[in-house]
Amino acid sequence: MPLAHNLKLFLTEAGGMSRFTGRLFRQWFRPRYEFAEFFRQCFIIGYKSLPLVGLTAFIMGLVLTMQLRPSMMDYGVESQLPAIIGIAIVREVGPVITALIFAGKIGSSIGAELGSMKVTEQIDAMEVSGTNPFKYLVVTRVLASTLMLPVLVMLGDAISLYGSWLGVNIRGDTSFSLFWTQVFDNLSFNDVIPAFIKSFFFGFAVGIVGCYKGYNSSKGTEGVGRSANSAVVVSSILIFVIDLLAVQITDVLGFN
Amino acid sequence: MYLGLIKIKIRMIVQEEIENKTIKPINKEAVIIIRHLYKSFGSNHVLVDFNLELNKGEAVVVLGKSGSGKSVLIKCIIGLMKPDKGTIEMFGKNIGSIKNDELDKIRAKVGFLFQSNALYDSMTVRENLEFPLRRHWIKVSQEEVNAMVQDALEDVGLKHTVDMMPAELSGGMRKRIALARTLILKPEIILYDEPTTGLDPITGKEIIGLMKKIQDKYHTSSIIISHDMNCLRMASDRVIVLVDGTCYANESYEQLLKITDPKVKQFFE
Repeated sequence: MPLAHNLKLFLTEAGGMSRFTGRLFRQWFRPRYEFAEFFRQCFIIGYKSLPLVGLTAFIMGLVLTMQLRPSMMDYGVESQLPAIIGIAIVREVGPVITALIFAGKIGSSIGAELGSMKVTEQIDAMEVSGTNPFKYLVVTRVLASTLMLPVLVMLGDAISLYGSWLGVNIRGDTSFSLFWTQVFDNLSFNDVIPAFIKSFFFGFAVGIVGCYKGYNSSKGTEGVGRSANSAVVVSSILIFVIDLLAVQITDVLGFN
Repeated sequence: MYLGLIKIKIRMIVQEEIENKTIKPINKEAVIIIRHLYKSFGSNHVLVDFNLELNKGEAVVVLGKSGSGKSVLIKCIIGLMKPDKGTIEMFGKNIGSIKNDELDKIRAKVGFLFQSNALYDSMTVRENLEFPLRRHWIKVSQEEVNAMVQDALEDVGLKHTVDMMPAELSGGMRKRIALARTLILKPEIILYDEPTTGLDPITGKEIIGLMKKIQDKYHTSSIIISHDMNCLRMASDRVIVLVDGTCYANESYEQLLKITDPKVKQFFE
């Protein structure tokens, strides 16, 4: 039965990923600490993703403003555009879109890199060279992606709001300081903190899925491609699932 | 009652010592002793009651069909795979029952040449060679590291490739660099996993010549997984024929040629 088979596959995968995550937490705090590799990964995962995240955030802010403007004009609340855009970007659009871009770039690259290392025996070679490959490859990457995504989200939000200001000024005339004053006057910590916290979880999901898929890659080059692909698909789905849970939790805690 | 408990405790300690650490090799010169090794993947029994002894300075070639468990055997020896049953002793220590730190110390004395070379794609040749030195916590200055890298590259005749990336090298060059990385820690044992597979016959012979040269220069002991007849002829002191997971024949190359058993003869036809 295909349904039973698919369910079995899903549960096997979920079990494998849970064990992998458990192993990560067991290794997380134990020495030896791979600081050099961790900082290298922060540079690759964080700094090198900035141009892509920045560009997409800028376009997103600009387009969102231009598309929202006519509707706002119809209701006569055009002046509220910076406030609405600010809340939308900081609370939801910024973290989710940045996380999806991040999953596409970093999730696939981690999946492909570890997958190719696995099939070309580089992970075995590392173990023979007195290195714990799980610590060196997995812990560093997951930690770097968990810590770098919130930073990218914050920078992306700022760039997006700058794009929005330009969007407002295409058909209007709003000063930079007035725009930012309106944005910040309507934002509270209840908007910023939950969005900031959930971006850690998004980063963790992208890192752990990419590493799990790559580390368990098999069947040669075909397997590497499949690892990269499924790393993006699964982490993108997880981002939405985490977002859904985050909304429920913030609602219960009274942040909404 | 207390006396009884103490006796039991002493017996347990002695038993543990016997099993783990203090087993003396039967042959004083043996650096690897494998006893009654079993390894299966599901219903596929790859190694069945496999036994082997590798003496100091000796080169043993393990011959067998594809999928007969040759690579599994050396991965069990180096601790990359766990056997289902049996013991593997290296330098007198049972590698199945020692801690990771101790296993790493043993691994520092063992070189492993992977079939796919396993060079780190994101590192230069120099970084590839430095990696095992740094990871095994060997305390050496940068000048010494540079000298060791140069020595290892000189041994394989590729001094000029030090700052190149693995992707810029040919198949034969990559194999030599992988061999140089194996040599950098001056290992006492080298495990070769099909060293000539995927190479043209001329480059293959060059690699075999290099292996022989290394063995003569550093007096290493080697286990070579291969079905290359040149490798058998040129590099082996002894050949083990792996059939159905067991050690079917254990002779010198010259003696094997005289065996008429079809299971052995098939490799030489």
